[in-house]
Amino acid sequence: MSSSNQKRMELVCPAGTPAALRAAADAGADAIYCGFANETNARNFPGLNFSSEELAKGVSYAHARGAKVLVAINTFAQAGQTCVWEKAVDDAAAAGADAVIAADLAVLDHAASRQPDLRLHLSVQAAANTPEAIRFYAETFGVKRVVLPRVVSVPEIAALNREIGVETEVFVFGGLCVMTEGRCSLSSFATGKSPNLTGVCSPPDHVDYKEDQSGRLQARLGGFTIDSFESGHAAGYPTLCKGQFSALGKSGYLFEDPVSLNAFELLEDLSKAGVTALKIEGRQRGKAYIAGVVRAFRQAVDGLESGIDARSAIAALKSFSEGGQQTAGSYKKTWR
Amino acid sequence: MSKPSSAFSLPPVVSTLIAPFPKTPMEAVLSAFTKRLVARRPELLRRLGAVVQVPIAIVPDDMPHAFLLSLDETKSNVSICEKDAIADAKAVIRAPFLVLLGLLDGTYDGDALFFTRDLRIEGKTEYVLALRNTLEEAELSPGEFFGLSGRSAGWVNDVSGRLLDKARWFAARSAGKAGSMEPRH
Repeated sequence: MSSSNQKRMELVCPAGTPAALRAAADAGADAIYCGFANETNARNFPGLNFSSEELAKGVSYAHARGAKVLVAINTFAQAGQTCVWEKAVDDAAAAGADAVIAADLAVLDHAASRQPDLRLHLSVQAAANTPEAIRFYAETFGVKRVVLPRVVSVPEIAALNREIGVETEVFVFGGLCVMTEGRCSLSSFATGKSPNLTGVCSPPDHVDYKEDQSGRLQARLGGFTIDSFESGHAAGYPTLCKGQFSALGKSGYLFEDPVSLNAFELLEDLSKAGVTALKIEGRQRGKAYIAGVVRAFRQAVDGLESGIDARSAIAALKSFSEGGQQTAGSYKKTWR
Repeated sequence: MSKPSSAFSLPPVVSTLIAPFPKTPMEAVLSAFTKRLVARRPELLRRLGAVVQVPIAIVPDDMPHAFLLSLDETKSNVSICEKDAIADAKAVIRAPFLVLLGLLDGTYDGDALFFTRDLRIEGKTEYVLALRNTLEEAELSPGEFFGLSGRSAGWVNDVSGRLLDKARWFAARSAGKAGSMEPRH
């Protein structure tokens, strides 16, 4: 149980559609993050995201239920088109958003200078994981919170928090990025599109699945077979970092298995490490995922103070996980 | 492509009973209500983006036929065809019927069903995603689909919800998983 001097951690939840935003707010999210329907955010998938009008309505809905809305404008602006990213910042401010999550220096500069009342969070895409880098963003743009990359351990988070004057937010559930975000070019290598510039890792227009007569499923990206799953076995997305490769005479998952993050067991350690906010990944997921995961983690975070055991609620989330598997990821630094 | 029955699958007798039903009247009814829905909710077409006018096949594993869906501002169409007559489809979604209904009303998460292999997709993945995300946002209830509102919509939703719960329970029991009525998400 947390000691009384540890603040209750904020639960930051994803929303890819207005319906998902409502589901997150109703399930007990403290804050909901979402993005516009264009390349300014790192979940630029077909049919997903918000128009300016939808965002304004979503902000009203969330605020009425005590939840904040954070707008992810976290891809890197492209030369000659920075106006698209600047407009996104201005639209977020006009919609009444509580903060913008950004990574690009031009976007941060525009927000800091043109929307000085808009709170700034540093996206995980900025891959800021040293005190020096974080202090630069805080001092230059007035960033109030940094979302840490999913490649740092709990002791590293605690050490960082001792040296910086801004809040930290960490991922606790959902898709697991095992690369240093913002710097990964694997998707770009295979498809020409990346989360950094176009807002999509393993873009769906380059993804296809083929199941043969035996029920064996081949998952392909850009024409490359990334993985295959026998009949009845749990499947995963064809992301290169979780694909099977042959190297040095061996075949297997070179970087990571198809697996999702679940840091439930580490919530108390993260609280002790000084973490301000816990983030759930999954803006591309459905309302059933949003409602289920947010409710379970609401119970888990509240349980740190109340002592109520959330283990059964969290255990029920396993079927939401890629490949049917979960890991504490680099927080425990057990992977190869 | 065969798919072993799951806790979501209806027993084969349901398919046998449905098979003789005439397809033409069902197509006419489904197409008419789909056109009306699109006319009432034009924002859905905006969310669909590139999927407008793209034929997508929806193949319930435990039903005798497939549905070929094409959404358009004025010419939306649902046709019912044999499962091996869906070559025109740019994408194919296969799952037990109750899973497909659960995706329509947001009961289930599509990715989770894909991970557990209860849902399979072929063809253009981006079309499937756009359709899935649009349906998520549509928050379709039977009342909404049939253009009802107020108390009549509430009554239809209530009755259909109870029927669906019973069907899910029945499917789970038939699959030898009595008591396991909860969705696997």
